[in-house]
Amino acid sequence: MTASLLSVADLGRDGIEEVMAVSDSFVEVSERAIPKVPALRGKTVVSLFYEGSTRTRLSFETAARRLSADVMNFAVGGSSVGKGESLRDTVETIEAMGVDALVVRHSSAGVPWQVASWVSCSVINAGDGWHEHPTQALLDCYTIRRARGSLEGLRVAIVGDVKHSRVARSNVLAFSTLGAEVTLVAPPTLLPPSLHGWPVTASSDLDDVLPKADVVYLLRLQAERQTEALLPSLREYTAGYGLTRRRAALLLDDALVMHPGPMNRGVEIAAEVADLPSSVVTRQVANGVAVRMAVLFLLLGSTPAA
Amino acid sequence: MVDATGERRADVLVRDGQVAAVAAGIEPAAGATVLDAGGCVVAPGLVDIHTHLRQPGREEAETVETGSRAAALGGYTAVVAMPNTEPAVDSAGVVREVLELGERALCEVRVAGAITKGRRGEELAPLAEMAGLGVRLFTDDGRGVQDARLMRRALEYASALGVTLAQHCEDEQLAAGGHMHEGEWSSRLGIPGVPSEAEELMVMRDIALARRTAHLGARVHFQHLSTAGSVALVRAAKADGVPVTAEATPHHLSLTDEAVASYDPVFKVNPPLRPPADVEAVRAGLADGAIDAVATDHAPHAQEDKERPFDSAPPGMLGLETALAVVLTAVGLPVGRALALMSWQPARIARLDQGHGGPIAEGRPANLCVIDPAAVWVVEPDRLASRSRNTPYAGRKLTGRVRHTLLRGEPVVVDGEAQR
Repeated sequence: MTASLLSVADLGRDGIEEVMAVSDSFVEVSERAIPKVPALRGKTVVSLFYEGSTRTRLSFETAARRLSADVMNFAVGGSSVGKGESLRDTVETIEAMGVDALVVRHSSAGVPWQVASWVSCSVINAGDGWHEHPTQALLDCYTIRRARGSLEGLRVAIVGDVKHSRVARSNVLAFSTLGAEVTLVAPPTLLPPSLHGWPVTASSDLDDVLPKADVVYLLRLQAERQTEALLPSLREYTAGYGLTRRRAALLLDDALVMHPGPMNRGVEIAAEVADLPSSVVTRQVANGVAVRMAVLFLLLGSTPAA
Repeated sequence: MVDATGERRADVLVRDGQVAAVAAGIEPAAGATVLDAGGCVVAPGLVDIHTHLRQPGREEAETVETGSRAAALGGYTAVVAMPNTEPAVDSAGVVREVLELGERALCEVRVAGAITKGRRGEELAPLAEMAGLGVRLFTDDGRGVQDARLMRRALEYASALGVTLAQHCEDEQLAAGGHMHEGEWSSRLGIPGVPSEAEELMVMRDIALARRTAHLGARVHFQHLSTAGSVALVRAAKADGVPVTAEATPHHLSLTDEAVASYDPVFKVNPPLRPPADVEAVRAGLADGAIDAVATDHAPHAQEDKERPFDSAPPGMLGLETALAVVLTAVGLPVGRALALMSWQPARIARLDQGHGGPIAEGRPANLCVIDPAAVWVVEPDRLASRSRNTPYAGRKLTGRVRHTLLRGEPVVVDGEAQR
C-alpha cells in the first residue's frame, strides 16, 4: 500500500484484495473475548474531523484502539480552529506532536490531498465533500464479498443522490475495479453533470433495474435537496426512487440491500424493508471496524513508531 | 523593431521621454545610456487592461508599487487597475487615491471605475465624475451587472461620456455555488461546477443590449472570455457590426480544468479553467480576430488565502510577469501577433493609445519594451516581484523574456532587473 489512503484509485485491484485478506484476520480478532492485538503499539493515530460524524469517527478510533495504537481526537468545535487558525497551521501543529497517521474528514473536496502535501505522516481520507470516502467503499466491498464470495460479474445498483455522494464516487471505483457491473439510478438532477469516463450505466427507472440487481445500494437523501430545486418533494422522490415495500417484492431472493447510514426510514428506504434479512446494514457497520483495522495496519504496521 | 506599422531593423534614440530618432546606425552621444537590444525585438510597451493591484484594502496581497514593478518586468508600460478594491473604485475620491499612488509607479497606472455603487449592481456609480478624472473603462469586475435593465441604462448613460463598459460575464444564479468548470472533471472531483452557459448567457444578453444602444455610440468590452460558445457569439456579433470587443487571459489559453485534479487552489480562477476544446476555441478567436486582446486578470492573493480548501479559497492567478512568455511559448503566437494583442489593440480599447501601444516614431512618448524571444527561463514564485506567489506556472520552463522596459524614456527595467 502507499503511505496514505486518499482515494480508492490509490489501491488498484491488488491493493483492495490485500485489504480484504487482512480484514479477514481482524474480523477474527473482533470476535475474541478481548478484541485487541499489539500490532500498532507505540503508534499515534489522530482523528481530525472538520465535519460532524459519529459512526466513521468511532469506527476509526475503535479500530486504532484494537490495534493498541494511541488515539487522539481533535475536536474542531472549541479548538484553535474556532480562533481562526488555518487548516495548514492546525495540521502542522498536530504533526509536530509526533503523529503516525491523520484521519481526516472535511466538508470540502480535496482537503486530504492538501493535508498530505503539508505533512509527512500517513493521511487517511475519512470523507472529503462530495468526492471520496475510500474506507466506506472498502467495507462495502468486504461486506459483499463475505455474503457473495466475490464481486466479479455482480450487478450493483447505486440508487439516489449520486451527485452529492462521496460514498457513490468511491464505490463506483471500488465495485468496478473488482469486476461488478454498476448501474446508477437517480433523477437526472441528482446525477453528476457528466458521467464521461465513469464505468457505469445510468437509469431513472428503478422498477426496471431492481429485478436484475444482485446488490441494491441506497444513498442517503438529504432534506435540503428539496430547497435547491433538485426535487419537488421528498414524497415524490420516495415514489420514484425509494425502496418501498412494493419495490422490495421485485428484489431477487438473494439480493443484498445496503446503505451507508444514517438511514432516512420512509424516504430512501421503507422502515420494514430496512429490517428485512436481505438488509446487511448492520453487517456493514460491524465490518467497518475490521476493514479500518486492516487499513491502519497496512499503512503503519511495518514502520517504526514516530 | 516591431510595431503596428510592421517590422524593421533600426536603432532607437530616446531623449526627454520621447522617441527622438528611429534610424539605422545611430551613434550614441557621449554620456548617453546604451541599452543592448542585440537579438531582441524592440516594441511598444505592453498594455494590460485587466489588472488587480489590490490597493486600497488588500495591501497584503499586492500594492500599486509591487504590482507596477511586476508589470514593468513583464514588459508593460500601462495597466488598468480594476475597481474591486476595498473600498471599491466607485467615486472620484477613490479614483484620485489610486491615481496618486500610481504617480510613483514603474508603469502608468490607469483606473477602471465601477459601473454601480459598491459594485452591488443596484444603482449607477457617478460615471461622469470619474470620467472627468480620465477614467475610460468601467466595470464591476469580479461580478457582472446582473440586472439587464440597469445594464441597458448604464450603456445609454456611458455613451455620452465616450467611455467603454467592460463586463465580467457571469449569470450569478446559474453559477451559484460553483468553484470550477462544470463537466467531466468537476463530476469526478466532487467539486460543484459552473456551467459554460453562466458566461454565455450574459455575453448573449450584452450583445443584444449593445445592438440596442449602438446608435448612441455605446461600446461593450467582454472580459476574460473562456468558452467556445462565448467566442462564437462575439464573432457573429462583430460580423453583424455590433460594437463589441473582447479579451482572453493567458491562463485560459494555456491551462485546462484537469489542473484542478491537484486540488491546489492556485488553479482556482473565475471564469474557471475550461476543457481543451474551449482552450482551442479561444485560441482560434485570437487568430481570426474575434478576440481583440490578451489581458492578464493578474489577481494576487496572499498565501494563507490560497491554502484554504478549494471551495473556500478566493479565485485568481498572477499574470503580469508571465503573460508574454506564456503567449509566446504555450500559445505559440509569433511575436508580431502577440504584440498586437498585448500592446496596441488593448491600448485602443482602454483609450490609452495617445501614450501607449506605439507606433515607435519620432515625437511619440518613449513607452517601450525590449523582448528577447529566445531567452529560456523557469518560473520561480519566490523570485517574482509581485507581493503574492499564486502563479499557476511555478516550475514551468518558458521561452521569451523582457530584457528592458522604458517608461516615458526612463529605463525602469534593465537586463531583466527592476531599477527601482
